[in-house]
Amino acid sequence: MSTTETKPAPPPVEKIKIKVDGREIEVPKMTPDWQGKMQPTTMLQACALANQDVPHYCYHPKLPIAGNCRMCLVEFGTPMIGPDRQPVKNEDGTPKIAKSVLPYEPSTPRGAIACATPISPGMEIYPSSPATKQMREAVLESLLINHPLDCPICDQAGECKLQEYSVDYGKATSRFVEEKEHKPKQVDLGPRIMLDDERCILCSRCVRFSKDIAGDDALGFASRGSRNFLTNFPGKKFDNNYTLNTVDICPVGALTSKDFRFQMRVWFLKESKSVCTSCATGCNIVIGSRENKVYRYEPRENDAVNSSWMCDAGRLNYKWINSEFRLTQIKGPKTEWSLALRDIAETLRKAPLGSVAMVASARQTNEELYLLKKLATKLNALTDSVPRTGEGDKLLVNADKNPNSNGAKLIGIAPAQMGSNLPKIAEGIHSGSIKTLIVFGEDVTKCGISADLLGKLSTLIVSDILPNKTTEAAHYVLPGCAHAEKRGSFVNTKGRVQRFMQNTQPKGNARAEWEFLHELVYDVTGQNGFVSIEGLFNQMAKEVPAFQGVTWAALGDLGVTINL
Amino acid sequence: MIVKREKLNLWERLYGPAIVDGFKVTLRHFFFGKTVTMQYPEEKWTVPEGYRGAPYLVKDPEGRTKCVSCQLCEFVCPPKAIRITPPGPVVDTTTGNVEKRPKEFEIDMLRCIFCGYCQEVCPEEAIFLMKDYSLTGQSRAEMVYDKEKLLALGGVHQDKIWKWKNK
Repeated sequence: MSTTETKPAPPPVEKIKIKVDGREIEVPKMTPDWQGKMQPTTMLQACALANQDVPHYCYHPKLPIAGNCRMCLVEFGTPMIGPDRQPVKNEDGTPKIAKSVLPYEPSTPRGAIACATPISPGMEIYPSSPATKQMREAVLESLLINHPLDCPICDQAGECKLQEYSVDYGKATSRFVEEKEHKPKQVDLGPRIMLDDERCILCSRCVRFSKDIAGDDALGFASRGSRNFLTNFPGKKFDNNYTLNTVDICPVGALTSKDFRFQMRVWFLKESKSVCTSCATGCNIVIGSRENKVYRYEPRENDAVNSSWMCDAGRLNYKWINSEFRLTQIKGPKTEWSLALRDIAETLRKAPLGSVAMVASARQTNEELYLLKKLATKLNALTDSVPRTGEGDKLLVNADKNPNSNGAKLIGIAPAQMGSNLPKIAEGIHSGSIKTLIVFGEDVTKCGISADLLGKLSTLIVSDILPNKTTEAAHYVLPGCAHAEKRGSFVNTKGRVQRFMQNTQPKGNARAEWEFLHELVYDVTGQNGFVSIEGLFNQMAKEVPAFQGVTWAALGDLGVTINL
Repeated sequence: MIVKREKLNLWERLYGPAIVDGFKVTLRHFFFGKTVTMQYPEEKWTVPEGYRGAPYLVKDPEGRTKCVSCQLCEFVCPPKAIRITPPGPVVDTTTGNVEKRPKEFEIDMLRCIFCGYCQEVCPEEAIFLMKDYSLTGQSRAEMVYDKEKLLALGGVHQDKIWKWKNK
């Protein structure tokens, strides 16, 4: 079973020749639009293929085209047609180009918006010409007329397109001397969104996102002219589960996240590629942290999983990483890692076969589950993990709230019906046949194994991140790491294997689970394995049939789909 | 190269005249010269205009903190002496219409090298290098100046722009 990037044979692509800044380039005649339907290629897409960035605000590849910001105006020309309906030629035989000009003022170039103008054969686009430069300057000047000088207090500063384009394409000084138009500030749009109307450049990305992607038509523009402003419809709160995506796509600081508001300037954030752990969808994210404190999640584009979006619930589910209650020290007879692991290995080696049970978590990575499975096979242990279900929706949220249920099933830690072994484990402890229990990342008192039952065990070894009833009852507590503090991989609901990177350092004396599990497996089974996550993953891929042919390196940033 | 030693004549070989000559200069400075030393630290040097001393925070004429916690000074500070705690999303109602201001602002004066980058980068003209050049303290902790101390030392900046007045 190798990788299954199922791609139908590509149909022959019809190409047309155009010129971008005088350089001839062949581009496909049709390009998929935001819904994946084939549409005529636009000038903006053609320029991107020619490595010429055209600045834009309202255009977003995942949203319908509005064409209202005018920032992508470019000068262009088309082959001239003579009165005989034949192309007019220059003296050297090349087709004569008629530049687009104003009809009543032929000396003035007439630009077109690159985001919504389809290309035609022989067309010439001039994204770096003086006329294009002038158009951009004029558009920026118009956008900046009423834009407040809020940059020092604006959360968008540092990742603001208005700032960037002003530097790249704008005029150095303002000619505006009149009083600026004042609009509402600090408008409470919904439970997670704060709006500043003065900063809004009316690109309508948020309006289109809410209407066409989230399906909650809550935003719109009111008034006219320079008093035009963004607002929610009267009496309708902007509170769907995808509101925070509008903060990401807002090119300026008009829509801000109440959660991230005034928390940290973005240029301090250390960002790394990761995967959201709040449900089985496994949205690709970027974690931003400073000085070992996580400040925000942002979606990362992956068309096979989450497009460019993620849900608000998943995005805000990071605060537990910074919790002051995090487990940071080993609790047990030995409090040094090497001594504690040797002690635990001794206990497990002496335990009679079948007297050990294991409850792993479907929130753990494939590599950790693989090591636990090795341990369980050696000890002939009964294993399971805890199912977690909630409400799903049509867009991204999955009803399965474990990020790695499929990984746990494929590796063999969890039975096909996850949780069906838990009553057997409880029964085993009750009858006394199970003396030792290993728990990873779960509070088993919530799923049928009560604290009284745990008291019957001779050894309870628990690894977790935050304290709970199970860690309280444990003989050994091994502090573990959140996904932001280690590397690993998950298998999402559709069988996409995705890896995530480390962003922050483990808290206190905590260690990544795969690191100490590797030592424990060696101490108990005598089998040495790989000491790096790459080697461990590749070893797992060789031994677990479902992962055959996948390597850590092949996962890349976007993952690989396997057959479930 | 060999430097030939000059032969001294009689007048030069007598030490007396040279000593008297030297003392004449010393005595002229002693009795008639201008004093160029001062009784430091009882007496303090008046620093020239544009001197770069310790950086302090200033208030606007209505007593509001001018700093808006943009953290550019923290970013630009070469020895990482500045540390700002941003306010977070909770609105402090006691500050009226001030939308954003630092929750805490600390400068470690032991780290500060008085380079003036913070003053240069500040978009709100809220931090200035003042004339204090000799800062002392009993402990390292005492040398970390907090927001209240920096504002008290900085005083009021007489400036036409009152950012929060009409907001």
